[in-house]
Amino acid sequence: MHIVDGALAAPVVIGGAVLAVGGVARGLRDLTLEKIPAAGMLSASFFVASLIHVPIGPSSVHLILNGLAGLVLGWAAFPALFVGLLLQAVFFGFGGLTVLGVNTLNIALPAVIVHYLCRRGLARGTPRIAALWAGMGGALAIALTALGVGLALALSGEAFLPAARLVFLAHIPVMAVEGLLTAAAVYLAAQVKPDLFATVQGPQR
Amino acid sequence: MSDILMQDRAGPEGAALDAIDPRARLIGAAGFACVTVACSWLPLLLAALILAIAFMTLSGRAVGPTLRRMAAMDGFIFLLIAMLPFTTPGDPVFTLLGFAASREGIVHSAEILLTANAVVLALLSLAGTLEPAVMGQALHRLGTPERLVHLLLFTIRYIEVLRAEHLRLRRAMKVRGFRPGTSWHSYRSLGYLVGMMLVRAVERSERVLAAMKCRGFSGRMPVLAAFAYGPRDAVFGAGLGAILIAMLVAEVAHGAF
Repeated sequence: MHIVDGALAAPVVIGGAVLAVGGVARGLRDLTLEKIPAAGMLSASFFVASLIHVPIGPSSVHLILNGLAGLVLGWAAFPALFVGLLLQAVFFGFGGLTVLGVNTLNIALPAVIVHYLCRRGLARGTPRIAALWAGMGGALAIALTALGVGLALALSGEAFLPAARLVFLAHIPVMAVEGLLTAAAVYLAAQVKPDLFATVQGPQR
Repeated sequence: MSDILMQDRAGPEGAALDAIDPRARLIGAAGFACVTVACSWLPLLLAALILAIAFMTLSGRAVGPTLRRMAAMDGFIFLLIAMLPFTTPGDPVFTLLGFAASREGIVHSAEILLTANAVVLALLSLAGTLEPAVMGQALHRLGTPERLVHLLLFTIRYIEVLRAEHLRLRRAMKVRGFRPGTSWHSYRSLGYLVGMMLVRAVERSERVLAAMKCRGFSGRMPVLAAFAYGPRDAVFGAGLGAILIAMLVAEVAHGAF
């Protein structure tokens, strides 16, 4: 979910921007120019994946897949998802400009958290176990994103609280769908190209 | 270059805004957004929206698609805007199904609605009409870190390629009888689709890197862009700057009295 300009209190907007800048800077440290083609290609994949609509009952949701982005990109998810959000804002009018920091933080911080929680489960184990961890990571990332959106709204005013609660409730089915899709995606990747998760991440700087 | 990014964004020859330096347009869009978000007096926000509509007219782009994008953004915030009057305490103006709508809440809703629409409209008209790659180069010239710019340029370059790949895979699924629905099978298949896209993206990036090295890639990439700051840009910058400062002064003066 995108927050728009004008809804949040100034301290929230500024705080979000500062933290997002920190995250992007930390992510860029991992990206040597050798890794930029892979990171850019993956960033474009996640942009395209966010255009996929998945049916839930009579309605449909579009994918975010920030959990998967965290699993594949690690800290580089910060700049990669920021780039996606920037392009969405400038060319599609989704979200806004001053809230770009808050939106980046809400999407990319869960990705990094999932990366740290699940990377061990992904690294050793069969594709089945990797898929299990990925499924939990995918669902958790959406839960954290919804919490972040809710928190940003709640910090901006008491009157937003009911809306913040509604945002969280509305994301529960999305969590399930994203979890399942992330698990399936990782299951396939772990069988077809196990080193996918090491292309952008990695110790060498 | 990127079709999905530039869909119905191509402008007529010689649109007034296209003559302005991309850097001036980016700074203008950012300044406009910051000032509009800082303002909360409704007449000022209305003026901001009118200014944004003026940008849209100057950009010479088709009005319909631009407004459709703006309306899509309104769809996101509809719930928030609709709930605010009823969740903000204050003087009740009317009641709906036993819930009282407060004056303060309605004013707050209107503020958000005007601000969000004005900023998005100005952004779409000033920055969204740039060629995506040009935007990347302009950001580079404005001091964005080199790695971030290259990441942006690579993303822009490959969005369309990967979208074509996605559509190709979807067509292959459709030919084999796949119809998305609410089922375990659907979710698993779409998950495999995403996984396959990632695998192919990484393999493609390996080929791209190999091709770059073959052509002498040495770990540095030049960003080619020649921008010239002209008198037209000075007029644009000074005019917009004056309007934005006037808005800030009006906001402060209104708040003071």
